[in-house]
Amino acid sequence: MRSFEYTSARSVDEALAGIGPDAKFLAGGTNLVDLMKGDVEKPARLVDISALPLTDIAATPAGGVRIGAMVRNSDCASHPLIRERYPLLSQALLAGASPQLRNMASTGGNLMQRTRCYYFYDTAFDRCNKRVPGSGCAALEGYNRIHAILGASNQCVATHPSDMAVALAALDAMVEVLGRSGARRIPATQFHRLPGDTPHLDTNIEPDELIVAVELPPNGFAQRSHYLKVRDRASYAFALVSVAAALEMDGNTVRTARIAMGGVAHKPWRAMEAESALVGRRLDAAAIERAADASVSGARPLHDNAFKVALAKRSVARALEVAGGAA
Amino acid sequence: MSRDSHDPPSEARRRFVLGTGALGASLGAIDALGAPKDAGNNALAPEATHRVRFRLNGETRELALDPRVTLLDALRERLRMTGTKKGCDRGQCGACTVLVDGRRVNSCLTLAVTLEGKEVTTIEGLSRGGAAHPAQVAFLERDAFQCGYCTPGQIMSCVALVDEYRHGMPSYVSRDVRPGAAIALTDDEIRERMSGNICRCGAYVNIVAAVRDVAGGGKA
Repeated sequence: MRSFEYTSARSVDEALAGIGPDAKFLAGGTNLVDLMKGDVEKPARLVDISALPLTDIAATPAGGVRIGAMVRNSDCASHPLIRERYPLLSQALLAGASPQLRNMASTGGNLMQRTRCYYFYDTAFDRCNKRVPGSGCAALEGYNRIHAILGASNQCVATHPSDMAVALAALDAMVEVLGRSGARRIPATQFHRLPGDTPHLDTNIEPDELIVAVELPPNGFAQRSHYLKVRDRASYAFALVSVAAALEMDGNTVRTARIAMGGVAHKPWRAMEAESALVGRRLDAAAIERAADASVSGARPLHDNAFKVALAKRSVARALEVAGGAA
Repeated sequence: MSRDSHDPPSEARRRFVLGTGALGASLGAIDALGAPKDAGNNALAPEATHRVRFRLNGETRELALDPRVTLLDALRERLRMTGTKKGCDRGQCGACTVLVDGRRVNSCLTLAVTLEGKEVTTIEGLSRGGAAHPAQVAFLERDAFQCGYCTPGQIMSCVALVDEYRHGMPSYVSRDVRPGAAIALTDDEIRERMSGNICRCGAYVNIVAAVRDVAGGGKA
């Protein structure tokens, strides 16, 4: 690991004052320290934000919940308000990583984690537009079994690894960020970017901005939601495909639907066409099949990941069946 | 308060091991501060620029550290507490699992400078009055290991698992995560909750049995 300066921020103002070029915020460190060990991240300075008072989970006057950016993933998953109002988020968090890592990883840090594309993660590979802009994409013609089937570019086919962010996209969460020039709110669905020709940029947050909270709006999905994660082993692995599905029903008819997928794109992928296909319909096999087909609309598989198209469809169908109570 | 004064009975053996050829060579790249010497980049010689004070198994410890030093390396190379094992050193195997403020974490991804004021518990800190912790007893009785390298991490995870379960924490395999839904600690639940600890010998069947004993025994 390269040497770096270390400071611990005692307030949000101190954290913002300490950030700058070649500096990074350190929260749980589960991804950043790992990447620093691998020489992928090379910050000259770390600003430790783990002691900041951003650890509350509180009900909002609107009926939603606000989660502080330093709330650890395990605390968020097991918090009564989250389990009661957003069991989908609890499930997604519990699907990620291991108990040890969830005890360390923070809400803000989870959003900021980098792709696990092997060509990004291993500096032995010369070409990675995300790690070294302009160097090319080794995954395009390399082994791309775990890569994107939706929204990729000829510059980058990496996927975003988070489970939590998939649930946040489905739940229409807002990410609150704070910079020296003030605060702003970014919809979770727009927080992460598609690669386009700037794959080195994962998110729409500025380097000198700090995530301070995630806010969930009130919704009626608590009774009918499901997070399904499909991976190469039963636990402790990143998703090949994951699905966050949530439904509001009038009797047997779908009033509102939310479907987001992980493991298929550079960002959590909201399948709005699939959601629309369900609204106003009975949740029967035909409607579920139409939604599953629509969820992979526009998919462009690579050499090694065509299986993900069928897997995504079946996963969407299964998640909808479980959410709807049919399975 | 003691500083670097821990003097375990195995010190003589440890000096011997460190001085022998093969191991000595493989450890040669690690200096006394536990930071790898890397001549290929801008790594400076490690400098003990930061002081950190935390409690380790009930005793206050103070160290002067390069901020690159992980808790794992601080434990093993500075504090001579070698019960905590270095497996992958990248947060993938769980061999380095310790408790920080009672919660299990991967010490290989925890920078030691971040631990100011924290309480760290390692495998050496589990026994009370010379008696093995119930989790240690269960692992022995169930023969829940083969080579034993992952065992300290497995046992630390087992201790934390029982605590988490008793506090009502759900897991990914819990049928219903909503509050009030009863969660039975089935073998599937144990496997999911122990999944952050890899055992290359594959002693999982007996590890699950040991955890079941501890969780069901009401004495952890």
